[in-house]
Amino acid sequence: MPIEVDGKTFETDEEGYLVNLNDWVPGVAEMMAKEDDLELTDDHWDIINFLREYYEEYQIAPAVRVLTKAVGKRLGKEKGNSKYLYGLFPYGPGKQACRYAGLPKPTGCV
Amino acid sequence: MSDLHTVNKSPFEKNSLESCLRLSRAGSVILLYEDAVYAALKGTAVENMITSVVGDRKVYVLGPDYKARGLDESRIIDGVEVVDYAGFVDLVDTNDKVQAWV
Amino acid sequence: MSETKNFMFLNRRAPYGTIYAWESLEVVLISAAFEQNVSLMFADDGVYELTKGQDTAGIGMKNFSPTYRTLGDYEVRHMYVDKASLEARGLTADDLVQVEWEDWETEESVDNIVEVVDSEKVAELLAESDVVFSF
Repeated sequence: MPIEVDGKTFETDEEGYLVNLNDWVPGVAEMMAKEDDLELTDDHWDIINFLREYYEEYQIAPAVRVLTKAVGKRLGKEKGNSKYLYGLFPYGPGKQACRYAGLPKPTGCV
Repeated sequence: MSDLHTVNKSPFEKNSLESCLRLSRAGSVILLYEDAVYAALKGTAVENMITSVVGDRKVYVLGPDYKARGLDESRIIDGVEVVDYAGFVDLVDTNDKVQAWV
Repeated sequence: MSETKNFMFLNRRAPYGTIYAWESLEVVLISAAFEQNVSLMFADDGVYELTKGQDTAGIGMKNFSPTYRTLGDYEVRHMYVDKASLEARGLTADDLVQVEWEDWETEESVDNIVEVVDSEKVAELLAESDVVFSF
């Protein structure tokens, strides 16, 4: 189902992932979060921004294990665990955060 | 007039280029694209396949395919010319027919 | 999880002309989740998968060469390149991407896990692997 942000329509696939990565604007993440009844905090944005940077550099969405390790290294050891990430993204940091970031679903994620 | 021969397989993996060179006449035009662009690279074990024919056949390599593979144009064998998609179309247009060595 | 096995991915095809290179990479990314010892071998046209500076904008295909650089994060410890294949294809180690590896707990690191090896070593590595996946 397409999502609408500021009068602009963004196409999504059957699982709600953005079809076109380059279309992404922060409002997309906000709209997706709103539909999940989630309010995005700076902590959420740290993860979303990290995911976008990672994709830009390596052209894939990272596996959860890779994300967890990278977050620990970049944002502090206390944040590099799945408990912290699931606390932010209850549907799964891989699936949910990647979707908000406009990335495809991580390879190997079912 | 001449025929355009197209080759799209790696010269290391398939004998398409070898057959093309053996079974095409002097004056033929050859276009290397997709994995056949590696045949246009200097310093390979199959370099002489192209260097031995550039005198009597006109050899082209498709630029976008070559670029995709991360190789610099300065490494293309002398006498081989780079064409873009429009150039490919012109080659099809200006030759009698196209023979594909798939 | 049962005992850890040595997985070897043998890559022998050039990128983009066929789907093998990308498929192999996807399976490598997935297999990292299974905590096995994963190594990659690049031989024959597979050495062309690792060239630096790939730019696929002109052919409308996804450029997956940057993805090799994150394989260290996926706990791939070794990426071997067959020297004879490399030389026959007009390339040197300088033409290839570099892949860093770091243990994020001990901070032990390796600047580049891409290693050019001779045929004898290739044969030895293949023989010593528990499973060889061919692409």
